Amino acid sequence: MSFLNYLISGVSLGSIYAIIALGYTMVYGIAKMLNFAHGDVIMIGTYFAYFATTSHSLPPAIAVIAAMLCCTILGVVIEFLAYRPLRGATSLAVLITAIGVSFFLQNFALIRWGSSPKNFPSLVPFDKVSLFGGDLIISGEAITTMLACIFVMIGLSFFIKKNKLGKAMRAVSEDREAAQLMGINVNYTIAMTFAIGSALAGIAGVLLCSMYPTLSPTTGAMPGIKAFTAAVFGGIGSIPGAMLGGILLGMIEIFSRAYISTQLSDAIVFAVLIVVLLVRPTGLLGKKIREKV
Amino acid sequence: MNRGAVNSFVNYGLVLAFYLIVQILRANGDLSRAFQAQLVPICVYIIMAISLNLVVGISGELSLGHAAFMSVGAFTGVVVSTMLVDSVASTPLRLAISILVGGIAAGIAGIFIGIPVLRLHGDYLAIVTLAFGEIIKNILNTVYVGLDSTGLHYGMTSINELGMDSAGKTIINGPMGAMGIDKASTFTAAIIMVLITLFAIQNMIRSRSGRAIMAIRDNRIAAEASGLNVMKYKMMAFVTAAAFAGMAGVLYALNYSTVVPKKFDFNTSILVLVFVVLGGLGNLRGSMIATAVLIILPEMLREYQLYRMLIYSIILIVVMLITNNERAHAIKDRLVAIVEDYFKKILAPIFRRKGGAK
Amino acid sequence: MGNQIENKEERIPILETVDLGIDFGGLTAVDNFNISIKNVEIAGLIGPNGAGKTTVFNLLTKVYQPTRGKILLGGKDTASMNTVQMNRAGVARTFQNIRLFDTLTVEENVKIGLHNEIHYNWFDGVFRTARYWKHEKYAHERAMELLSIFDMQGMANQKAGSLPYGAQRRLEIVRALGTNPSVLLLDEPAAGMNPSETAELMENIRKIRDTFQIAIVLIEHDMSLVMNICEEIAVLNYGKIIAKGTPEEIQANPKVIEAYLGKQKEEA
Repeated sequence: MSFLNYLISGVSLGSIYAIIALGYTMVYGIAKMLNFAHGDVIMIGTYFAYFATTSHSLPPAIAVIAAMLCCTILGVVIEFLAYRPLRGATSLAVLITAIGVSFFLQNFALIRWGSSPKNFPSLVPFDKVSLFGGDLIISGEAITTMLACIFVMIGLSFFIKKNKLGKAMRAVSEDREAAQLMGINVNYTIAMTFAIGSALAGIAGVLLCSMYPTLSPTTGAMPGIKAFTAAVFGGIGSIPGAMLGGILLGMIEIFSRAYISTQLSDAIVFAVLIVVLLVRPTGLLGKKIREKV
Repeated sequence: MNRGAVNSFVNYGLVLAFYLIVQILRANGDLSRAFQAQLVPICVYIIMAISLNLVVGISGELSLGHAAFMSVGAFTGVVVSTMLVDSVASTPLRLAISILVGGIAAGIAGIFIGIPVLRLHGDYLAIVTLAFGEIIKNILNTVYVGLDSTGLHYGMTSINELGMDSAGKTIINGPMGAMGIDKASTFTAAIIMVLITLFAIQNMIRSRSGRAIMAIRDNRIAAEASGLNVMKYKMMAFVTAAAFAGMAGVLYALNYSTVVPKKFDFNTSILVLVFVVLGGLGNLRGSMIATAVLIILPEMLREYQLYRMLIYSIILIVVMLITNNERAHAIKDRLVAIVEDYFKKILAPIFRRKGGAK
Repeated sequence: MGNQIENKEERIPILETVDLGIDFGGLTAVDNFNISIKNVEIAGLIGPNGAGKTTVFNLLTKVYQPTRGKILLGGKDTASMNTVQMNRAGVARTFQNIRLFDTLTVEENVKIGLHNEIHYNWFDGVFRTARYWKHEKYAHERAMELLSIFDMQGMANQKAGSLPYGAQRRLEIVRALGTNPSVLLLDEPAAGMNPSETAELMENIRKIRDTFQIAIVLIEHDMSLVMNICEEIAVLNYGKIIAKGTPEEIQANPKVIEAYLGKQKEEA
């Protein structure tokens, strides 16, 4: 039964990666940049949720909304102040800036809230489910996470396909100049992409800390990088790819922790990234892009 | 002599001037202990910054795992140095051998990592260097090395399972790192290493190889169409940088009695990146000055320690905006003009007096 | 000039393609492309926008690997060769959207062209051995000599990125010549030039052919230039050759007139 337990925790961890990966994959697909600070936006949002529930004793639903709102505003502000002025700059410049933003957020949190980890109370109201006479226990957090992931995926797919803004996003990701000539406000579309990606980050943060209840300024960093790995694994720019990549990566991480080595599980996850990029740089579901000469 | 050569000699001069000033201040007892403790690290980070600039500024590829090469050098150097304690009596010679072996080890790591990494471009390349950095850190956390009368023992589980005899000495103890290091690094040795690094990297840049590396950075397709082997030159920059990072690592490790793998994590890589970015991509002198200033200044402003990393992160963002955004650049120019005017007003009477005396 | 045309029959093909083609996804960009470039010949590749001319250059330099067909260089198949090897085997090119090494000086750009003629290694460069000085001296002199083709010695120390447009185009040609090619591919060398500059360029292209004794293939929209200096012209439309021949034959070919007039109508 332990295998099934591992499988479920792998899938639920993977679901969180998937939701975070969506933020990376949308921004990468549309703004053509790696938003290195995405993981740290998650961390800030989660702090908001933490203070909403602990200091202000607000109900979980409000705390989640607070986290989403905070992340959305933060995402849009970062885009406006740091990334928009660099549109058209080299990817080197943009990435260094993004790393700067990431470091800024971490150190801001460190100064504001201290380095000692906060004990995050689970915001999931459901109880665990026992199956097979207690051999298989599925926590309420795991169920909620998986459901949230499915819900977000379906919602987002519909949005991208049917909604006007979603169509604009696809147009901008396909060809920015052409989209602009067709009357699409590229800056607005990119800002909205950041808003949506960051709002999802808010959800992911609360779910992450409900499952692994420690919150510190570096909480977002590792899951952020791993979720980017998941996005690349699945194929950057692809929404189903983010889901597939996230869940596979979550399973790889949990299984390697269980069966190979706790200390080397991160190394294994990163090895996956390296192998994927070398063998199939476009990921599992990505499209091949040819460089124009 | 052309401008490039003049530039190189100015850089050697700056390093020597720094050395002399420190020696004079030290002789007069004007240097605090805390500052003296920073002298070797300053040199170490200057070597790190110069070598990282070779990759990021000259070759144009963002490496986020530079500290990993430092750690490979550091731990190799510690093992070599400990092994030689009894056989090589001269400390400087032992240090030199350790640095050389540490550099070679890091260079070899650079070759193995460079082969897959340099097939990628842009953001993907950057993130994979980060991944390799984390992998090396994770692996070093599981490395145990000990030395006893029968020789070197190593394993990946614990120090007790190395099967050493009772007189065995632990050299590397997993996440606890290297311990009982026989300190060998000195400020003079560190300055010599800075000069060696400058010599090698400056001459390399101003040679056929450096020209090729910069051409590939400027336009990869045109470089290929001109018959340049892109992989070869990217590797050359990457491996040279890795080797010097390794040497810096040895110098660093042999400056302390213990060193943990966690010291060489992503944050250290970013710290060095901050030095490089502030000094100017491709500008070696800038890297040296930025490194020295960013280490010395926070030492002097102790009460602002907490804000140090926050300020570094702002530096990264602001420098990138100024160098890549026209409006930000114009604002900077205006601010600089205001400050210049202000200082001119203050300094004008002083200069006038001086001129008059002449 | 006259006696070169008389010698035409004796010329051997230096660069040949056999049924060359490439698909991008499902789209066929170039198909059934057959040309034969003879030694010391100036050939032209013309056709309406989007006909696939630059794609042909990208195939000839292996920036793109062909989907079908062969490229023969001096009679040898180049299937296994990449861009770097094609250049070393004697194919040099310029780019439609200029690709210089912007932060390097003009002289350094030419020295990159000469790179494979400068023989010293990392060690020589770092320790400044006698070999380093000897080869750098040679590279400097040769670079100046090549720059003198376009009277550009005076610009040697300027950054390539800061040069005026026309000078950038000329520098690209000089850099390509530095690689010691047997075939030089020029992608719209006269783009953005005024008539007098174009006339000068035309003379220089002839001069380069005569001094270096190489074959030159050029893509050009300026018909007066093409008709004046090319001995052979191939016309490309929708990725296929629709006509081949001397300038006179091309001008009289109804298919070419149709392809171009159709295009002119659209543009009007």
